[in-house]
Amino acid sequence: MSITVIDYGSGNLKSAAKALEAAANNINLSSKIVVTADPKIIKQSDRIVLPGQGSFRDCYMGIKKIPGLSETLNEFVLVEKKPIFGICVGMQLFAKTGFESQETKGFGWIDAEVRKINNMNKKLKLPHMGWNEIELKKDNFLFSNIKNKSHMYFIHSYEFMTRQKDYVAATTNYGNSIIASVFKENIVGTQFHPEKSQKNGLLILENFLKWKL
Amino acid sequence: MLKNRIIPCLDVKNGRVVKGINFVDLVDAGDPVEQAKIYDEQGADELCFLDITASNENRNIILDTVKKTAEKCFMPLTVGGGVRTLEDIRNLLLAGADKVSINTAAVNSKNLVKESAEKFGSQCIVVAVDAKKVKENKWEIFTHGGRKSTGIDALKFVEKMETMGAGEILLTSMDRDGTKKGYDLDLTKKVSNLVNIPVIASGGVGSLEHLLQGIKIGKANAVLAASIFHFGEFSIQDAKKYLDLKGIPVRI
Repeated sequence: MSITVIDYGSGNLKSAAKALEAAANNINLSSKIVVTADPKIIKQSDRIVLPGQGSFRDCYMGIKKIPGLSETLNEFVLVEKKPIFGICVGMQLFAKTGFESQETKGFGWIDAEVRKINNMNKKLKLPHMGWNEIELKKDNFLFSNIKNKSHMYFIHSYEFMTRQKDYVAATTNYGNSIIASVFKENIVGTQFHPEKSQKNGLLILENFLKWKL
Repeated sequence: MLKNRIIPCLDVKNGRVVKGINFVDLVDAGDPVEQAKIYDEQGADELCFLDITASNENRNIILDTVKKTAEKCFMPLTVGGGVRTLEDIRNLLLAGADKVSINTAAVNSKNLVKESAEKFGSQCIVVAVDAKKVKENKWEIFTHGGRKSTGIDALKFVEKMETMGAGEILLTSMDRDGTKKGYDLDLTKKVSNLVNIPVIASGGVGSLEHLLQGIKIGKANAVLAASIFHFGEFSIQDAKKYLDLKGIPVRI
């Protein structure tokens, strides 16, 4: 299986690639993991992982700056309908609009917005940083073998908001209920970092690799 | 519910752990990667490497250490020590660090924290503050590993760092560091209440009760310790079980 981690200049890609490698090893899957932004390689991949660190705007601009990248991703996701996994801001980019620093368009694959977490009149610290429990919303292959209320590692100040509750795979609680994972057809994403969530995180990546559409 | 974090810290010099776990069954006790793996298995919530390499020509060794650790440990990793430029931060992040802590340069380079937060995101910029009590209710910032006084008020400084975009404060009491007498709880509480970003308490832990105090009295979001974990006195699980028993939310 060929898996591409999309490299558009955002943060810690090495961890995502290494965690995928470990996950593939755990399930004896022979895999080729490439970190690149080359549209040709992306087109030939079986699945892609879209990481993201920093601001929504910087990440989206980073993708836009690379010729052919956003077109290739749209085709991969909407036309080819092959599996994509967005991590943190990578997942947030699935939304139509982000409101970090200024209003920025996202891919719009899910009817959603990304807005700052309500800090409850400064009662809550931001970023929402550390280990929090996730509440699984429905039976979902991404969380098979994962117990409800498992801990995952979060680090973010903005949250993914959608009225389309069918697409919410898991939530977490920080003052309010916050979307921890989304799922729509061939599109999955987690607000937390599976590549930083020790054994449970690797299990999620294994499930993504095992996914049969 | 978001849990309080327990963070073991390893001092690394020229790619070797200076103060490390004294486990007899460890193949190479001086190898930071081996030590990191133990903490990973014990369920540490994050790992912290403090690079205390003195000479400039050996500074790149830490990148290799971070790289190897990130290949084996799928958990959050903060790296600090000698971080002076945007390039230093970029290199550490690319090697596999999730967060980079800035100490002396946060004081000396006026815009480093601001520029790095803009460039890499606040979530990965930790400002490490070394503070010393100068009189009642007053603490001053020290740099260069606590050797150099700056005359800067610690409380004003942390507020400024938050405004500049720091995502977290790693607060070390220079009075308590290495004493095993517990955190400076007054300082910790003041800083925790002052800023709206997470605060890691550091400096002085000698018992599990000190960790409890840091969270309960100091209101810290995370507690960092080095020696109580290194010398096998307590494991990370021991600390978590103790805190859980005392009603502190931890990930078990």
